[in-house]
Amino acid sequence: MLDLIMDGRALKVAAGTTVAAALALAGDGCSRTSVSGQRRAPMCGMGICHECRVTIDGRRALACQTLCQQGMQVQTRP
Amino acid sequence: MNEYADLLIIGAGPAGMSAALAAASTGAHIVVLDDNPLPGGQIWRDGPQASLPNQARQMRERLQANSNIRHHAGTRVIALAGAKQLLVEDADRGWLIGYDKLILCTGARELLLPFPGWTLPGVTGAGGLQALIKGGLPVQDERLVIAGSGPLLLASAATAKHNGAQVLRIAEQASAVAVAGFALQLPRWPGKLVQSFSLLDRHYCTGTHVVAALGNERLEAVRLRHQGKIVELACDRLACGFGLIPNTQLGQALGCALDGSALAVDAWQTTSRTGHYAAGECTGFGGSELALVEGTIAGHVAVGNTAAARDLWPSRARWQGFAKALNSAFSLDPQLKSLAQPDTLVCRCEDVPYSVLSGHVGWREAKLASRCGMGACQGRVCGGALQYLFDWQPTAPRPPFNPARVETLMCLDDTPPV
Repeated sequence: MLDLIMDGRALKVAAGTTVAAALALAGDGCSRTSVSGQRRAPMCGMGICHECRVTIDGRRALACQTLCQQGMQVQTRP
Repeated sequence: MNEYADLLIIGAGPAGMSAALAAASTGAHIVVLDDNPLPGGQIWRDGPQASLPNQARQMRERLQANSNIRHHAGTRVIALAGAKQLLVEDADRGWLIGYDKLILCTGARELLLPFPGWTLPGVTGAGGLQALIKGGLPVQDERLVIAGSGPLLLASAATAKHNGAQVLRIAEQASAVAVAGFALQLPRWPGKLVQSFSLLDRHYCTGTHVVAALGNERLEAVRLRHQGKIVELACDRLACGFGLIPNTQLGQALGCALDGSALAVDAWQTTSRTGHYAAGECTGFGGSELALVEGTIAGHVAVGNTAAARDLWPSRARWQGFAKALNSAFSLDPQLKSLAQPDTLVCRCEDVPYSVLSGHVGWREAKLASRCGMGACQGRVCGGALQYLFDWQPTAPRPPFNPARVETLMCLDDTPPV
């Protein structure tokens, strides 16, 4: 199992889990807030729609195409 | 650190993997780029809740074992950087890759059409949900509605059920007559016949399409039109996709001509640009079997082995027949063009509603006036939707093709202007 921090909360996930799946394991599954203030969640699952963009260790990344790593810090809110 | 490839392949799905393996025997230095963490594309995706078929595992092993094939995972093309050179970026760095020959195996994406409520958390693509589940998304005991069109709905339902979800309805927009007509042709491809039996589901309804996703903060229910009547189902997730559309953006940026909505290729999988080939779903939707054959042909041709390529023409023709039958059976009902309401967001990146777009005459005017298609996805979602809704042809993309870091763009500093 891998330990990560999701919006300040500790979480354990199985190796091979995508960050997109970890969002749902950690809470409401949402990844970002849209320009008009709506919460959004991963949509296409394959790196096209960019709805799942999150900040991982300070860099923007697509949650659906990123595998969880030990110690990762993920943020879904600005 | 820049790089050079005799043969550069964009995409490591079935087409890209088979192209690399076909070309490898010549000893050419091959580089394969892919934006996913592991090779296999969308169809051969493994994870905590999925396992790979043998063929995929073997191809992956052969790819790794070949010392003249270099695979860059998690890597995206950002821009053209002069003649036969691309700027690329992964999670850590940006760099330039020069090439002699290039094969585009950029695959397809789901056609996602706007309808009221489609931006609610809980709504995904149909293939999108399948991909997310394979990556570990928990769906145990969740109530699901799967909607849209095409065989992907059944595949997505099968993955969801296997992982403990309760599939309430699979809503196929095509008519019973169209689907039955397609099913009757399946004995021509026995493997596909067996596969479709394994996917049969008693909740499959033809002539049914989504009308709205309902809920406040997240999805709570789905409203469907089932053979003329409105029904509402309380559910936790809606997975909705209307078939696949080819990813042609990079090909278009490279100057490769289109044939309809796909990259145009000849019998050798050569695009309109010399030394540039295309294979798999970016040349038109046809499934993994067709992608494998096309990729192998392109790989052989790119290294000059035309005899081996020609031997595969009959096999390609057989799977092209399957693709043709599939595409005509699941053609979209024009009613789907009226799903979006004036306040339905069409561009999900810039939150642009339908009412702001409907008065424009084309893609470029709409973009300039509304920022539609100018967000992070660069019109990959709304561009496909608006092509279907209004017949607007998306233009060739401009760099950066994907959001990129400034350090990556600085790699362009010492190259001559394009």
